[in-house]
Amino acid sequence: MASSGLDLLWVSAPQLLTGAGRTLGISAWAIVISSLGGFVYGILRNLGKPWLDRVLRVYLELFRAIPVLVWLYLFFFGLPIFLGVSIPAFWCAVLVLSLWGASEVGEVVRGALRSLPRGQREAGLAIGLGTVELYGRVLLPQALKRLTPPVINVYTRLIKTSSLAVLIGVVDITKVGQQIIERTYESVLIYGFLFLFFFFVCYPLSAASRVLERRWSH
Amino acid sequence: MTALIELSAFNKRFGDTTVLRDVDLQVQEGEVVVILGPSGCGKSTLLRCLNGLEEGHSGHLTFAGQSLDARTDWRLIRQQVGMVFQSYHLFPHMSVLDNILLGPLRVQKRHPVEARAQAEALLARVGLADKRDAYPRELSGGQQQRIAIVRALCMNPKVMLFDEVTAALDPEMVKEVLEVILDLAEGGMTLLIVTHEMAFARAVADRILFMDGGRIAEQNDPESFFSAPQTARAQQFLERFSYVENMPKRKAS
Repeated sequence: MASSGLDLLWVSAPQLLTGAGRTLGISAWAIVISSLGGFVYGILRNLGKPWLDRVLRVYLELFRAIPVLVWLYLFFFGLPIFLGVSIPAFWCAVLVLSLWGASEVGEVVRGALRSLPRGQREAGLAIGLGTVELYGRVLLPQALKRLTPPVINVYTRLIKTSSLAVLIGVVDITKVGQQIIERTYESVLIYGFLFLFFFFVCYPLSAASRVLERRWSH
Repeated sequence: MTALIELSAFNKRFGDTTVLRDVDLQVQEGEVVVILGPSGCGKSTLLRCLNGLEEGHSGHLTFAGQSLDARTDWRLIRQQVGMVFQSYHLFPHMSVLDNILLGPLRVQKRHPVEARAQAEALLARVGLADKRDAYPRELSGGQQQRIAIVRALCMNPKVMLFDEVTAALDPEMVKEVLEVILDLAEGGMTLLIVTHEMAFARAVADRILFMDGGRIAEQNDPESFFSAPQTARAQQFLERFSYVENMPKRKAS
């Protein structure tokens, strides 16, 4: 049994690897884009421009209130109908996860910037720093410690949520697993494998976030 | 001779509260002006308007002959107007030298060797040459405040604003900071100082400005102000301080 189970995994390895590649690909793109977007969002929310704040609040609340799955359907099935634009499922998943992730990362960045003493900003302005230097050299380096652990947690949520891409037809690792189960009925083995896969991708991240939190807490 | 700083009919409101009312003020180059007054009288706000951390609502503000308003590029003005804050606000993630050099190198784009030489000379002047590689958290409040003064000085400003810079310090550290300011005054630097240290005010000032309710209630040379204040409000204010200084002893000795 054990050997036949390993045999099955061995035989399915190319298929599983392709699936894993898609899952990790969607996650990696979403992590990169939501980090960039999140920093921009967090800084823009910090500039204290009322009209900008209102626009970004609407964006935030939309992605908070509406499930990621609904956004996936909306972009995948809605865009071709309403705008005549159709995006491949893989990139559609990247786009939706990035937009959602950017709102999550962005709120973390905004909170970290807000938690800095107000005097840091004023001291920076008082020596003539412009906005770019003020954020790049004074505020963000200080905020980085506070925002890294929670941002890593957003990353793990992005990786786990990427499995929703199955529902718009992306053959990611979850879908590959289902296909193998349909063929072989080895559900325990395959789901066990998926369990370990996600665990070993996400656990190091959340462990790293805990270590950083402890190291930077003083 | 034209004044370095000139305010006329200057007003500032926070919401419905007027914090500065019709302030008229001229500060000459090399003059040391000490601003006194009860808390909430607008002293700090006045300083903060001079480097654009707050914006006035009406009236005129000119600095070195240039009229300043909302369209001014304050980054240029701030390089000439140094400001030191009550709680120092050093950048905690930078060493002392990096704190001091951030402005000269990134804002003024000066040559690193030259800027660094000036920074080290200034550190030596305030007695902290050996702390140049330390981080703010390793320093006492008095040391941090002296570094903050050097950080402002290293921009070669035309005027320095001191906003209650000893108010957050332990009593034994007040002296070391006041001595630095006194040294600057003797060197001919233009200074605007908000403080609650009356003896220091008397010693350092060319002119005392007494503010109350957002107005300049009285201004005079320090001897006249402290020995014969003109307004009832200023008399009251000074009495409160002399009460603390001449506190009656509880136990007969």
